[in-house]
Amino acid sequence: MSDLVADQLNMTFETPSGVQIHALKDVSFTLKKGELLSVLGPSGCGKTTLLNIIAGFLNPTGGLISLAGDEITGPGVERGMVFQQGALFEWLTVSKNVDFGLRMKKVPKDERAALVEKWLDIVGLQGFGDTPTYQLSGGMQQRVALARCLINDPDLILMDEPLGALDALTREKMQSLVLDIWNETGKTIMIITHSVEEALLLGERLFVMAPRPGRLFKEYELPFAKQGIDADLREIKQLKEFGEVREEILTMIWNMEEEIMGKGA
Amino acid sequence: MFEYLSLNRAAISAVIIIVLALALVGSITFGLRDSARRRSDEVFGDPLRTSNGWYWAVAGVCSLLLVWYYFSWGAARAYFPQSANEICQVARVDEALSPINASLPAGARFYKSTTLLSRNTAQLDDIAAGLGEQGFNAAEEAELRDIIADIRLLMVISADPASQSVESIAGFDDIEARLRGLADKLGDPAFPSAEQVATVTAEAEGQTKWGLSTVEVPLFPETAKGVKFKLIADDLAAVASDFSKIRNTSPALLAQTDAIKVRLDEFKDRVNAVTGLSEADKDARAKALKNIERLYKRFDDGTIFPPDVLDGVESAIAAVNAQKQAQQGSLWLVRATMFGGGTIVKAKTQCSEQGSGRWLPKPTDVLATFGRIANPDVGFKDVPLIWVRWVPVADIIAFFIPDWIADVLPGSYPKHGDDGSVTPNFKMTVLIIAQGDYASPSIPMLTGHMWDSIFRVLMGLAFGIVLGVPLGIAMGVSRFFKNYFDPLIELYRPVPPLAWAPLILTIFGIQDDGKIFLLFIVAFAIMVISARTGATGTQLSKIRASHSLGATTGQIMRRVILPNAMPEILTGIRIAIGVCWGTLVAAEMLAGTTGIGFVENVARKTSDYEVIWVTILILGLLGLLFDLVMRFIIARTIPWRGKG
Repeated sequence: MSDLVADQLNMTFETPSGVQIHALKDVSFTLKKGELLSVLGPSGCGKTTLLNIIAGFLNPTGGLISLAGDEITGPGVERGMVFQQGALFEWLTVSKNVDFGLRMKKVPKDERAALVEKWLDIVGLQGFGDTPTYQLSGGMQQRVALARCLINDPDLILMDEPLGALDALTREKMQSLVLDIWNETGKTIMIITHSVEEALLLGERLFVMAPRPGRLFKEYELPFAKQGIDADLREIKQLKEFGEVREEILTMIWNMEEEIMGKGA
Repeated sequence: MFEYLSLNRAAISAVIIIVLALALVGSITFGLRDSARRRSDEVFGDPLRTSNGWYWAVAGVCSLLLVWYYFSWGAARAYFPQSANEICQVARVDEALSPINASLPAGARFYKSTTLLSRNTAQLDDIAAGLGEQGFNAAEEAELRDIIADIRLLMVISADPASQSVESIAGFDDIEARLRGLADKLGDPAFPSAEQVATVTAEAEGQTKWGLSTVEVPLFPETAKGVKFKLIADDLAAVASDFSKIRNTSPALLAQTDAIKVRLDEFKDRVNAVTGLSEADKDARAKALKNIERLYKRFDDGTIFPPDVLDGVESAIAAVNAQKQAQQGSLWLVRATMFGGGTIVKAKTQCSEQGSGRWLPKPTDVLATFGRIANPDVGFKDVPLIWVRWVPVADIIAFFIPDWIADVLPGSYPKHGDDGSVTPNFKMTVLIIAQGDYASPSIPMLTGHMWDSIFRVLMGLAFGIVLGVPLGIAMGVSRFFKNYFDPLIELYRPVPPLAWAPLILTIFGIQDDGKIFLLFIVAFAIMVISARTGATGTQLSKIRASHSLGATTGQIMRRVILPNAMPEILTGIRIAIGVCWGTLVAAEMLAGTTGIGFVENVARKTSDYEVIWVTILILGLLGLLFDLVMRFIIARTIPWRGKG
């Protein structure tokens, strides 16, 4: 039972001008071990808030959230996080970044070195161990961030628009990498993204969230992630079913945005 | 080696000046050609236009040094090493003539007789005007006015050509003739004879050259031209001495003086005999009489002459001056072109530079002075600039352990035993260590004025960093620390550091600890603020990432927030060094017995311009060195700055 269970999560903020914002309203779901979930939605739908609550950076104002039966009250190693800009420590080299978590746990040096080598190999950065991270390209930095997160062997990996800042080609390669890692490690992964295509490709399950108040709007069960493990991602994107779902979701989000604009006017 | 350089400063300057001039011309030529080439393919206003113009830096340095050489008269000394000595001899002529000139408009605006007459008349007028309030009765007052009129008559007699004394007429004629004779002698190409030159220059044997000792300009003539002026000056001094002795004491003046004296004495006896006056009146009358008597006595020395008697002397002096100018020859040109704004003045026993050459020492002299005091055996006030000293390890340990540590330990110090021996216990052992009172091997340590200044800055800075950075980081991450300490720091920080100096130096004394504490509070505020800024600037995502990676609060502080604040901290250190350096020098001027600021202050008191310039250069170069070191450290430790 190492599932992620969200039960009636509610989150309200107060802006400095005193306006109440309902960022999350009655969000409930269960994410089973080994599932790959992508979360999609227009800006302001509360998807990042949801992620921050799961990571333990924020406490919900209502409801319960638990991983493997333990209530989440703060950040923890069992929930690894990959940020949009990598959030690497630029004063450290690649390997020092990757084994940061191990060093905090005071893992012996030899053990660390072996693990670093293994993970740099997996993310395709063999030989870059002594390179300062600020000399790496954006895609390579995200690989470091992935390795840094995975080396801690978390039960759940949270990704906050991890590929948002990358160019199209790099992005596609990274999507393959994420799928490979999911397939090989069997980790539970939750990805937040802005891109509908990415959400379809990297989501065994897909939540579409709606804003004002932020809530789960629709859930999909999708086959593309499983297919993507062996097939070329570009071919999958050409599939007829892929196109249909993409159009459906795009229309859905388009309407939500229209509604917000209407409300705002 | 250094001795040789020091003794040949003039010759070395001559070479340096030529090199500088060539480099200046060369770099300007190259620069103009390069600018012409670039003008065609560069956009005006492009910031990169200012890069790669090293030749203008050469031109700038060369022109600065050349200007220094010119205004410090270094160029004059380099190419005309005898010129100062010769100008000094010419100055002797002016010095010799100065007693005569003091009686003439040339030296004192008015003729001396004119000055005396107008002053005496004014004072007599004053006395006459105030006579009514001095307690005299009408008859006495009328008589006094009559006496004053008599005294005025003395001036008329003195100024009247008809009654000028025969001796003074002959005296002035004699002076005029001798002056003209000396003017002719000065113009005589056969004077001085080779023999005279040899005799006089022999006196100059062994005198130090221009600028090589505290005597700025050599006094005795070393050239034929100099001898000529020196001998003429000696003769002129004799003439001037005779001139000063001439008096206008004509029989008419003496007779009138005697008459007034008799009359005044008689009047004095009479009024002093009057009784029954108030004390105030008595005093006033006595005072008035005394004033009149004093004025009258000024006339019996015969220093007032008729208006035109000095015409002959004046024209003779003009002849001497014209000849003086003519005989200087090329020296005049040297003086006009090489002695920027000033000249050499002879006064009593020495010749000295007056003008920019005085307070702006020649570059080579500054170097020589630096070389002299840099010699550890000489130093400044018996302390070397920077040198190595063997210090017992015990003293160094004792420096860091205050004596009171031993006092606060439990127990008491041992008492001596019956046999008079003292057995140290633990408490006493600690005291011995704290006082460094035991034999230990010595290790070499730096010492001297420069090191003392550097040491104080580094110590103040070190304390500032060690205490300021943790507090700054705590203020950056904690609401309590920020708000609790903010008012304290913001209250003391705006106070100019030197405003603390009198208080701190009074409390801590003039030794190192006071200055180190002063620098500590300077550095502390800067370090707190920069560390705080750096800590506040940590990206939230990095902190969240480290939380997710399992880092504890302490680990996040040390491994994430501290490194993230490093750029600001290092910039803070760089600023703090600069501010500390400036504060230290001023503090050393206030109090202390070592340090560069102390050296400069002592040099100021003795007007030792060379040492002042040496300290200025040392301070500038050390400041630059500190900054270069910091830049190097910044480049090495935080190459990732701004790339996160």
